[in-house]
This record gives sequence, C-alpha cells and structure tokens, in this order.
Amino acid sequence: MQQRNPQLNARGELQHLLTIEGLPAEILHQILDTALPFVSVTEREVKKLPLLRGKTIFNLFFEPSTRTRTTFEIAAKRLSADVVNLNIGTSSQSKGETLLDTVANLSAMHADMFIVRHAESGAAHLIARHVAPNIHVINAGDGRHAHPTQALLDMFTIRHYKKDFTQLRVAVVGDILHSRVARSQIHALNVLGVPEVRAIGPKTLLPTQVGNLGVHVYHDMAKGLKDVDVVMMLRLQNERMSGSLVPSPQEYFKSYGLTRDKLALARPDAIVLHPGPMNRGVEIDSSVADGGQSVILPQVTFGIAVRMAVMSILAGN
Amino acid sequence: MRIHIKGGHLADPANGIDAARDLYIAAGKVVGVGTPPEGFTPNRTLDASACVVAPGLIDLSARLREPGFEYKATLESEMAAAVTGGVTSLVCPPDTDPPLDEPGLVEMLKFRARSLNQAKVFPLGALTRGLAGATLTEMAELKDAGCVGFAQADVAVTDTLVLMRALQYAATFGFSVWLRPEDGSLAKGGVAHDGEVATRLGLSPISPCAETVAVSTLLLLVRETGARLHVCRLSTRDGLEMIRRAKADGVNVTCDVSANHMHLSELDLGYFDSNCHLRPPLRGLRDRDALRHGLLDGTVDAICSDHTPVDDDAKQLPFAESEAGATCLELLLPLSLQWARESKIPLSRAVALLTAQPARILGLDLGHLRVGHAADVCVFDPNQEWRVEPKALKSQGKNTPFLGLEMLGRVRWTLVDGQIVHEG
Repeated sequence: MQQRNPQLNARGELQHLLTIEGLPAEILHQILDTALPFVSVTEREVKKLPLLRGKTIFNLFFEPSTRTRTTFEIAAKRLSADVVNLNIGTSSQSKGETLLDTVANLSAMHADMFIVRHAESGAAHLIARHVAPNIHVINAGDGRHAHPTQALLDMFTIRHYKKDFTQLRVAVVGDILHSRVARSQIHALNVLGVPEVRAIGPKTLLPTQVGNLGVHVYHDMAKGLKDVDVVMMLRLQNERMSGSLVPSPQEYFKSYGLTRDKLALARPDAIVLHPGPMNRGVEIDSSVADGGQSVILPQVTFGIAVRMAVMSILAGN
Repeated sequence: MRIHIKGGHLADPANGIDAARDLYIAAGKVVGVGTPPEGFTPNRTLDASACVVAPGLIDLSARLREPGFEYKATLESEMAAAVTGGVTSLVCPPDTDPPLDEPGLVEMLKFRARSLNQAKVFPLGALTRGLAGATLTEMAELKDAGCVGFAQADVAVTDTLVLMRALQYAATFGFSVWLRPEDGSLAKGGVAHDGEVATRLGLSPISPCAETVAVSTLLLLVRETGARLHVCRLSTRDGLEMIRRAKADGVNVTCDVSANHMHLSELDLGYFDSNCHLRPPLRGLRDRDALRHGLLDGTVDAICSDHTPVDDDAKQLPFAESEAGATCLELLLPLSLQWARESKIPLSRAVALLTAQPARILGLDLGHLRVGHAADVCVFDPNQEWRVEPKALKSQGKNTPFLGLEMLGRVRWTLVDGQIVHEG
C-alpha cells in the first residue's frame, strides 16, 4: 500500500518520468519550456549539446519499437550521452531472467538512466522502485497504462499551434481502452487546464470508467468533433480490427475514421494529431493525414526536443 | 494432560456464552466450563486474564501448497502459520499439483497433516478431473478418503451442462459443492476490478458481471438440482444481493468472504502494488461496504483467510504477470476483530463468523466448547499490538497487502485436542 508518488524526489522534483498522472502543471510547463530552445538545436548544422556528456543511457525495450526507440536514441545523442540499445523482447525473459535481474545487471554496468518500454502496465514503476537512487527511469510506454513523453510532445505541439490551453476543446478519438497514449494525453490536457476534453469511440473501445478520467464521452463522432480545436487520433491495432471489439476495419472507418467531411465539423483552424504509425483508411483518411490541418510530422520533430528536455531535467535533479 | 485456562473471557457463540469463565480440559476434551469437574487437578494452568478464550478458529479456505508447490510453502510452514493464527481446523482447496482428484492424494495429504499434530485439515476434492471442467471425479471415493466437499478452486467450469451434472451427481449423495462464482469467459485475461483504478492504471479489467452472471447461473442450477452449495469468496455488492434474495426464498445456500476483501478495495492497488493482486480482485468501495454489511446482517455466513502463500519471485513482477494471492492465516483473527471494532459490535460476533458458523457450513462437530467434546481452543489477547513484517510471519508466504501495518489482537495459546500446539 505504497501511496507516495514514486516519480518525485523528496524536494518534489522529477526523479523518474513514469506517468503524467499526479504531476503538477509546473513540471509539465517546465518540460515544455525546456524543450523550446532544443527545437532550434535540432535545426542547427552541429546538432549537439554537452549536457549529458559522460552519462550512459540504456534503451531497455522489452517490446519491439523502432520509432520511439530511435527518437530517444537521437535525443540522447544530441545531448552527448552514450546510448546502449537493448531489444530484450519477450524471448530472453522466457530464458528465465526476470525483469528485475536484467535491471540489476545493467545497473551494475553503471547506467545513469533507463528508458523502458514493456508490454505490461506498471513495468516502469516496478523498475523505478528497485533501482539505486542515482538512476533515473523514463517510461517509454507500459502496457495500456502510460506513455508520458508521447503526451508531452503532443502538448508541445498543441501549445506551438494554439498557444493557450485554457481556451481549447480537444477530442481524443478511437481505441482508448487499450491506449497508453490516450491515458497520458487525457491526464496532461486536464492538468494543463483544457476546459473540455472529449473521448470519442464505440463502447467496446472505451474503458467502463473513462468518465472518471476527466472526459466527456461521445459515441457519435459527428457530435464529438463539433467545434473542437484539436483532434487527437489513436491507432487501432491490427489484431483488434475484426473480432468482438470491432467487426471490420471498413465498418470502423465508416463510424470513427477521420475524413475531410467529419473534420469539417471541427473549428476551421482545428489541427489533427496522430501518435503514429498510422493506419490510413482505418482510423484516418489519407487526404486528412497529408492535408493542411495535419501536424503529424511536426509532432515527430518536436518529439526529439521534448525527450531531450525530459532527459536533461532528470539528469539535473 | 489436564489444563486449566484461568481468568479469561469465554466467547463460545455456539453455546451462547460471552462471559468470564474458566475452562477445564483433560484427555483432549473439554471437561468443565466455569466449574471444574470433581477432583480436577491441572498439570498446567494458563493465565488467560485480559484474554478471550474462544473455540479454535475454522478457516474455510487456506492453501497449504502441498503437493506440488513446495517452493511456495510446505505443510510444515503453513500448519505452523495456522496455529500461530489460532486456526485449529482448515479447509484446503483442491488446486494443488496434481489437483486433489484422486483418493490416494487426499489420503496422503490427510496422513501428512495428521503426522504434524497441528491443525486439522479438511480437503475439498476436485469436482472435475484435473479441474478441467469436463469429467466428474469419483466423488464417493474421494468422500471416503476424507473430502468434506467438492470444488474447482479458481478454475471455472465453462461448460454449463457439465456444471449442472456435477451438481446433480453431488446432490444424489448429499455432497456439498463449494464454488467461487466467476464466469470464465467474462473474467478471462482480467487482473483487476473493472473500475476507476483499472481504468487509470491500464490493467485488464474483470467486470462485476463475471461474478453476478456466475452467481445467477449457480442459483438457478441449485434450484433445479437441489445441490447443497457453498459460495466461496463473494466480492461484489450485486452478487451478495442475489444471495440475500435466494436465502430469503429458502434456497439452501451459504457463502463466505475473505478477510482481505472486508477491508480493502481497488484503491489499495496504489501504484501497481502486486500484494493487492488477489482473486477475486479487490472491488470498489461500495462492494467492500456491502460485504461488511452482509457480515452484519447474516447474509455472509463466514470469514475465511483465503490464505495463498506466494513466493517473492512471483510477486516481484509487473502487476498482471505477478501471481495472485496473499498470506493471511496469521491475519485472519486480527482482521476479523478489526471489522467488529469498526462496526461497533461485540468481538464475539467476529468469533462466531470464525467458529460456530463455519462449523455449521461444514456440518462437523467443531467450533464450540461443550463438555465432552474436542478441546480445540484459541486464547487471544484482543488488545496486543503487533506489526505485520516478514519476520513476524510463520507462513513461508510473506506477501500481504497489510505488510508494515499494525494489527490489534494476537494469539497467546492454541490447543488442538487438548494439546498446546502454539504458545505466543
């Protein structure tokens, strides 16, 4: 029954980044503000800062991922850290080594930071509970629970285009039930003072208690998108497209795919986000994904700056 | 051995006694309550002043982990935990490895338990072979080997026709069937109550419907077959309400709740505390409060420990991968006393739910202190404080949601058949 927020140190500063939930708005703003100058670094000819020189960062991926791992790797290298990539997958776990044994072994190699992706909710918390106090843990996605750096880069993107969170209507659309991204986005939007967050999806893809996360629930996408400023699309995993959750990708697209017609119901200056990788023709139409309101590629660019910000803040605390 | 338990407060709900009385024991039996038999000279006098003298506790669900899971716990360690917790009789579910589906296994377990001379062990036989839910076990043979009823532990019978026939067959011979109500399909893959906490933490949910659908099916089948049903470890408000109505309609059904579920809720999961990974899952506050109320109004017939020792390696994993269960034999009494205190009712009400009531469910001559009957006794100091720590627990399982917390109430002496088997 440990209830203390495990990601803050005794001074209330960020010790680990495990989830957005429970973080004060000041820390989120600190991360976004810190990321701002890093955007220009990534546009310079020499894209390196010495902030993490001599530090060793382990990319600890128990679940396959190319994009997220790569963006963390680039972010760490731009801060001059040494990066070790470990794709552990589920196979080496079945060889008998437990998650905590793996972490203990890597700690003995004098790691300074672990970036963890795992298929089970709570894996990053478990690791954070068992590492030495000088080691920082960043959750790069655990099960359905949280993906805080994704949510932060989304917030950075929204702030970049919309400036003020307190005047916005934001819709999160799709498979919220299985989405760690959605959970982190919803917490971040609420903490940053967005007055109206909407969750749109069929009942089979929404958690029963989704209302308690601080969203208004819509099953009709047309109603849900009415007058919103930001549309945050979610990925529908292949294995969930046909079965007892959704009958077929076609039927899903008909009701919940983002088309030009549906987007026209939102504010004319609404922006469209997607965490990638996209399923064109399932959750989003190509004309929207590649259209003028899409900010999907800037999200990727900002993602590196935001991850640099998180790493440099943790290393400084 | 002649023992005089002196100066204690006797709580014997079966006999309606809740008063200061001395207890006199000789040759394994109670020989005097309040007054000694003529010419009684004790070899030993136990000073029970400030203590409650109660019948030995009867736990309707305690896993001893033998055979098959000796790395989690052994009969020796768990029997020691039982008597340390004042438990003198315990019912063990059949989910050992192999499961208790053959008379030889049951006889071996009974023999091993008897040779330890501690708590009395009453095994539940498997209802279906290998708990696979397809073929009935040889219930009559298992009964002769010492099974007190038939159960599926945590494995649901998904084929409802098999379930109905199992109940019919058991009813033929008057055997009782003990089932935890959980619909296998609805609970599949789930690890936490489908509520606010599982939603926030992204844990696969188990809907309350997994319980209510199963309770509904079981009650309908019991009406049809006339089987004697004990519903194990209820967890939801709505499931409990269905039992309440069935009892009012005269259905022959009893039920229990676990000591964990009468105190804890989904909120105790905190940040993925795998010690709170239990089956059934810890439910909402409303459910917990309903279970507590059900104990008060008599809908719930007994409190069990649902003792499930789990080794550390199986708990030090991400929540969903960790093994469900908690050690509880040594916490059963203090947790029950805590419920009585918080409910502002006499402690003897809690004692009844741990002695006379489970004895009635078992249909055995246990759970009371009548002259001429077995002297299974639990003498406890209801006001002694102790802290739940790994080293304070005899059980090999050290994992419990209550780790680090203070408990009120500790057993001073436990007697089984007039022998002192634990001295605190």
